[in-house]
Amino acid sequence: MADVHLPTTLTPLFPGLTRHVDVVADTVLGAIDELEAQWPGLRDRLVGEGPTLRGHIHVYVDKERSGLDTPLEPRSRMDVIAAISGG
Amino acid sequence: MSKTVLMVGTRKGAFLIESENRKDWTVRGPFCEGWPVYHAIYDQGSGTVYAAAASEWHGSAVWRSSDLGETWEHSSEGITYGDEDGRKVSKVSTLMTAGDTLLVGVEAPGIFQSADGGQTWSLLTTLAGQPGSEVWDDPKSQPPGHLGISNLLPDRSDPAHFWAVVQGIGAYETTDGGASWTPRNKGLRRDWPSDWEEVGYCVHKLVRSPSDGDRMYQQNHVGMHRSDDRGETWTEITEGLPSEFGFAAAVHPHDRDTFYVVPLDPGHGRVMPDGKATVWRTRDAGSSWAPLRKGLPQENAHLGVLRQGMTIDSHDAPGLYFGTSTGQVFVSTDEGDTWQQLADYLPSISSVEVAVVE
Repeated sequence: MADVHLPTTLTPLFPGLTRHVDVVADTVLGAIDELEAQWPGLRDRLVGEGPTLRGHIHVYVDKERSGLDTPLEPRSRMDVIAAISGG
Repeated sequence: MSKTVLMVGTRKGAFLIESENRKDWTVRGPFCEGWPVYHAIYDQGSGTVYAAAASEWHGSAVWRSSDLGETWEHSSEGITYGDEDGRKVSKVSTLMTAGDTLLVGVEAPGIFQSADGGQTWSLLTTLAGQPGSEVWDDPKSQPPGHLGISNLLPDRSDPAHFWAVVQGIGAYETTDGGASWTPRNKGLRRDWPSDWEEVGYCVHKLVRSPSDGDRMYQQNHVGMHRSDDRGETWTEITEGLPSEFGFAAAVHPHDRDTFYVVPLDPGHGRVMPDGKATVWRTRDAGSSWAPLRKGLPQENAHLGVLRQGMTIDSHDAPGLYFGTSTGQVFVSTDEGDTWQQLADYLPSISSVEVAVVE
């Protein structure tokens, strides 16, 4: 079960969503889709057309910069970061 | 008792400003989690506030509140060109209701519709095949701001009839709910070369008289213009104004010949000339213009007003409102003769709309 850490900009958008969520998934996109199943609309907030990660959303799996198809291990930590943007 | 409610879109969220007497105002916000809000409107039919917002982190969505801002939800379900299409939705720019349908204009240029009050969306049109469409998806061809559809103008008597402005390209009219379109830019001026005949004009804001549907006005990149035939032809009415450039425009709700604009310095500054905040009014359909300054700051007031930044309410003595790039909102309830500042220190304002709510 991967340990997914979400940004503070995301949690207020979805009632009940917390900063840390345990997810069973094989890839980053799989984890996001698992979150989407619980909080409809969440995928759109992280993933744009393509599908690709939105420009200022960065994902790290076990501290390595990752993409949507990066595999997750059962004990992986997945950090979703709202990267520096705007003023 | 009815109250007058302003929907203010800013670079850092939406605000609601309301009053029962249009003298004492209450400001609430920021809403929409501080996302940049490009346009916020009130739907009289459902009593819902809608806000078109685009976050640099989390993409575009239309926010909605059915209790005047107490609670909010958002959705972008269906606001996409799909994974296979080369186009992307970078921004939701402008909102309009057409009967029971809610429309949102986006960039890359297209219009999405919602029949369930903003919960889900589907693509209505990209105006494909219209002159100009062959270039407008290319970011290199787009004006700064990348608004795509920068203005939607309804016909309150016919939901299938409305106008859409493609930023930097021109205005188009549909009479069949967006299935087909006709360019409506005849008579406009441009100061740049163009291969197109019917488009290639920079329409900043299109408004229509509530008291005479044939009468329209527009603030263009180059000049003020009037139409007496529902937008089919345009006549320039710039003479008498200090600048041909500006964004905002508002037409009197009860008098088709009275119209307001905010001329701006056309250079990089795009603020009111000479540091004097001024709205200009015509009472004779553009034959003559008068500056309105009483109550507005007249020293070092370098205020900008964007294309959705001025509006007018429907009271018998209508209230005129504008919001600035420096976060002030001003009101006049005597047709622009005198002004009162009703809010300050808001984030940079993108849009101001008004509703009278019972």
